[in-house]
Amino acid sequence: MSGGPLTAFLEAGVRTATPLAYAALGELVVERAGVINIGLEGAIIGGAFGALVFADTGSVPLGFAGAALAGILVAALFALFVVTLRTDQIITGTAMSMLGLGLTGTLYRTMYGSAGASLHTPTIAPAPVPGLSAIPVIGPALFDQPVVTYALYVLVPALAWWFYRSAAGLALRAVGEHPEAARGAGISPDRVQWAAILFGGAMGGIGGGTLVLAQVGTFAEGMSAGRGFIAIAIVVLGRWTPFGVAGAALLFGAASALQTLAQTTGWTMPYQLPLAFPYVLTLVLLASARARTAAPAALGQRSA
Amino acid sequence: MTFLVRLARSQAGASVAATLLALAAVTLVVIAGGYDIGHAAAALWNGSVGSSYSFFTGTLLRATPLIIVGLAVAVAFQAGVLNIGAEGQLLAGAATTIAAGLSMADRPGWISVPVELAAGMAAGAAWAGIAAVLKRRFGVLEVISTLMLNFVALFGVSYLVRGPLQESTHLYPQTASLAASARLPVIIPGQRLHLGFVAAVMLAIAAWWFMRSTAGGFRIRVVGAGAAAAASAGRVNVDRVVFGAFLASGALAGLGGAVQVTGVTYALFEGLSPGYGYTAIAVALLARLNPLAVIVAGIFFGGLEAGGAGMQRDAGVPSGFVSVIEALVVLGVLAVDRARSVAGERGQPTAGAQAA
Repeated sequence: MSGGPLTAFLEAGVRTATPLAYAALGELVVERAGVINIGLEGAIIGGAFGALVFADTGSVPLGFAGAALAGILVAALFALFVVTLRTDQIITGTAMSMLGLGLTGTLYRTMYGSAGASLHTPTIAPAPVPGLSAIPVIGPALFDQPVVTYALYVLVPALAWWFYRSAAGLALRAVGEHPEAARGAGISPDRVQWAAILFGGAMGGIGGGTLVLAQVGTFAEGMSAGRGFIAIAIVVLGRWTPFGVAGAALLFGAASALQTLAQTTGWTMPYQLPLAFPYVLTLVLLASARARTAAPAALGQRSA
Repeated sequence: MTFLVRLARSQAGASVAATLLALAAVTLVVIAGGYDIGHAAAALWNGSVGSSYSFFTGTLLRATPLIIVGLAVAVAFQAGVLNIGAEGQLLAGAATTIAAGLSMADRPGWISVPVELAAGMAAGAAWAGIAAVLKRRFGVLEVISTLMLNFVALFGVSYLVRGPLQESTHLYPQTASLAASARLPVIIPGQRLHLGFVAAVMLAIAAWWFMRSTAGGFRIRVVGAGAAAAASAGRVNVDRVVFGAFLASGALAGLGGAVQVTGVTYALFEGLSPGYGYTAIAVALLARLNPLAVIVAGIFFGGLEAGGAGMQRDAGVPSGFVSVIEALVVLGVLAVDRARSVAGERGQPTAGAQAA
């Protein structure tokens, strides 16, 4: 655990990036199926609340299951509207964010009263990997983290393999690029999009659960704090690939961890500058032709 | 049942039906939560329309930014521009208004207030302009770009109130307050309701007239109904219309911020907007993008927020549930639209479902 400010900075960066990476990888799968889920924020806060309710039993794994379940529930409502009823994705997503934030706040106060702030859930401690966590500078950042972070090291390559090497991954991308052609090949775009959205909801929920169960140890109203929107930026910045998304999540994590570094080193730059930087970078990247060709062709379009 | 079906067939009826559905759902939530529904309803009533104070200083004061920003969203959506960055444009407008107002402390109000409002509009248009240029030059989806710009604006305000614009004692993360002459005048003695409400209503009437009776409004509606068709019909420069509507939307959102800081807060700080830019989407949608109906929808949501605060205070019902109502109203409008199109209704394609 010891080390200079740089070690602490990297560690905080990876810690901050972990919930973002879960949410963004979920959003990546959703967007690859041609759907933008602006309502991811609702799944994240839902997941955080689900984690609280289920971890009340004293079990962290059950807390994560509750987080995923809550994320799936929020996503199912989104999928019902967007895929089955074919409503506008952006407007529906905005409503889902409002609904998630409002409903969790209402339920929280109803179930736990206004004294809920004193509520604490069990949390998972960092589990240092023997040997690897002793690597200077980057060791603690990458290998002295909770298990949820390590799961990403498996998930990211697995997702990359799945996208490009499996029939199901190909079907997903076909639906996002050209739903009519996919339909012609015997794929049901509706079914693929439903599955993708539910997966994205589970991932968003786990991201919210990570906040509660691996970081804060309690729930607070609105604690998702815009992470659902950040995840959408991360997917763009990561150019719609699993490894790119993981890297972009790290960049966003590092940007907010820079605050800690600035404090410990007496750096006098306004701290809002590094916080705003990833968003500006995303905007600049969007203007480049490469980013636009990386986007799924049918993204955001309602199927007929 | 036939009454409901007939109601849902009219444009306004669909909104009313969606609202009733949402309120019914919320009533169930309140009862399931173990709250006293009678007590809650009374608190909602008292907080929003029960007294002249709750109506003018509660409901109408809160409705003012919602109407102006709701118009911003309605204009953009009418043109098919999915501007979800009204929040950022509002903040850009508010920040610039304060900067302008603080630098004109010794000017008479008839000079400083118009300059402040104009500065806010210009800043909102410029902030939207970034996304509009990205869309026009590079085809960037405005949904993503305006979302990014919301965050940048938020960090920008955070920087300004801790840096160059911080009040002189440097204790609080906010700016100094505007001089009395640089504020919008209160219109009813003893109330906080200010001239901005009158401006909002007049603006809505002007926007309604513009959309209905001018060539510019016609072009916006044509483009919104189907850009390709408009282009193939010639005569309409789709890119230019979209660009113009985008800037106009940003200017209106910026004005919303300007009116809020000159009429209510008098200073810039981070929590200035509790998400007006997002609630405005619900307002515009409930109003079916009709500027006149935006007045009604804005007052409805303003009343809900004022009443929601009262309900939390008097009946212990968490105010977060106002967001639940707003979200359910939006989902209700979308669902009713869908039901109508499934039923094979003729007539205008409805705005909410066609905004993409």
